Amino acid sequence: MRPWIASVLLLIAFLSIWQLLTASSGGPAANIDPEYARLAGQSASPEKTGAIPTPVAVGKRGYELLINAFDSSNPNNLGIAWHLLYSLGRVLLGYVLAVLVAVPLGFALGLAPRLYQALNPFIQVLRPVSPLAWMPLALYVFRDSSVSTIFIIFICAIWPMLINTAVGASAVRPEWVNVSRVFGVGRLEHIVRIVFPASMPMIMTGMRISIGIAWFVIVAAEMVGAQSGIGYFIWNEWNNLQIASMIVAIVLIGMIGLALDVGLSWTARRLSFRE
Amino acid sequence: MASVDVRDVSMAFAGNGRPFVALDRIGLSVRDGEFVCLIGHSGCGKSTLLNLIAGLLLPTGGAILCGGAPVKGPGPDRAMVFQSHALLPWMTCVENVELGIRQAFRNRLSKAEMRVKAEQTLRLVHLDHAIQKYPYEISGGMKQRVGIARALATEPRVLLLDEPFGALDALTRSSLQDELIRVIEKTRSTVVMVTHDIDEAILLADRVVMMTNGPAARIGDVLDISLPRPRDRIELASNARYGDYRRQMLDFLYRKQSVQAASGA
Repeated sequence: MRPWIASVLLLIAFLSIWQLLTASSGGPAANIDPEYARLAGQSASPEKTGAIPTPVAVGKRGYELLINAFDSSNPNNLGIAWHLLYSLGRVLLGYVLAVLVAVPLGFALGLAPRLYQALNPFIQVLRPVSPLAWMPLALYVFRDSSVSTIFIIFICAIWPMLINTAVGASAVRPEWVNVSRVFGVGRLEHIVRIVFPASMPMIMTGMRISIGIAWFVIVAAEMVGAQSGIGYFIWNEWNNLQIASMIVAIVLIGMIGLALDVGLSWTARRLSFRE
Repeated sequence: MASVDVRDVSMAFAGNGRPFVALDRIGLSVRDGEFVCLIGHSGCGKSTLLNLIAGLLLPTGGAILCGGAPVKGPGPDRAMVFQSHALLPWMTCVENVELGIRQAFRNRLSKAEMRVKAEQTLRLVHLDHAIQKYPYEISGGMKQRVGIARALATEPRVLLLDEPFGALDALTRSSLQDELIRVIEKTRSTVVMVTHDIDEAILLADRVVMMTNGPAARIGDVLDISLPRPRDRIELASNARYGDYRRQMLDFLYRKQSVQAASGA
């Protein structure tokens, strides 16, 4: 059996079980979590079905969201595509800024081991900090939620690219370095025509890791401090108890994350040398 | 006149505690147009000696002269063919060859002339069809031809070959040896070549320098190969002197130097 057939069967099995569980448990509104009812108070009017909607309901909701995806008639209720575009825009801005800093700086670190050693303690201390830990500070400094989320993306995307570029630039194969030396290749040409292409696979790996992290983090960052974006959307739907919308958003986030990774890995293959 | 003059050269590497002495007072003079093979068991320091001549390493004792000038680092008068072809995989074959030409003929040739020269050199080693190909698209033997072309194209005073055929299968090796003979006859290059193949040394060299086992390797014996050129491997097989050279080298490598080799390996 081909693997993709198994994937389709697994998906069908998963959806069937989901449908069975949610449809049968379905006393209307009866089994809302009392804890949640207390939290949500009177404002939240629960949907008629159980707390978890059926896949059919999610599908319907997904269809509604997608046909109104670009709706901007009500500024307080933008279509889901706008939210996704806000999120993508912030991710790309923060990410591009991170590339612009990380790749040249990583190169400098890779080519100057002493500089690397001097900066390494700072990198090692800052790298493990959860990006969200920066959020309140960023909001305080920038006084703008969009700028803050872009900064969060920047700060979380920079480390894998910085470290990978530095390692790539410092670990050019000795035989290639010897070729450069034997034939008298000048310093600048050595960097541009030998070190740079030689470290390209490492740089691209760093970029792939970073885009994954950035797409991860944007959702959380927008939940904490934004008035738009897919993270805000999910939090807003949660407040409205639109569980189906939340599930649709989760699936969309996954698919866009996959698309970003596939796109970058395709670019990586194009830019990296073959052996 | 001596192309390469190795004067009393010693080489020690910093190790844990006391330094590791790889070469101990090596003296060797290579004449213009001469083909010298360095042979010895692996780990005897023959590649170290070649790297010293190339200027990739600097000796801890003694001095090396190339064309009368002291070697202080790599220079355009010496070009090297590496054991592991060492082609840059992101450049086409012709770009790989051009890389060396660009440095050696800076300000002396135009860009177009450099390209022509690179293509000519690739044709010299019979790679007309691979000029625009990337290294991953060609075979191991062809890669090594590109490596030879890259070195030849810079028109060095001395060509340094570091076991260039060591990683190739026997048939490919033979055809590249023949190719090298033909090319060297045309360019009349001075060559220093590291090998551990006795037949290869006799086929190619005017002089075979046999090194003792390391550490602190020295020149154990030097054998003049006075076989007429052009040499043909099939005729050589039935040549009486060929057998004699072979026996002398086997005797040196496997009788005089064998015990240490076993303990060193």
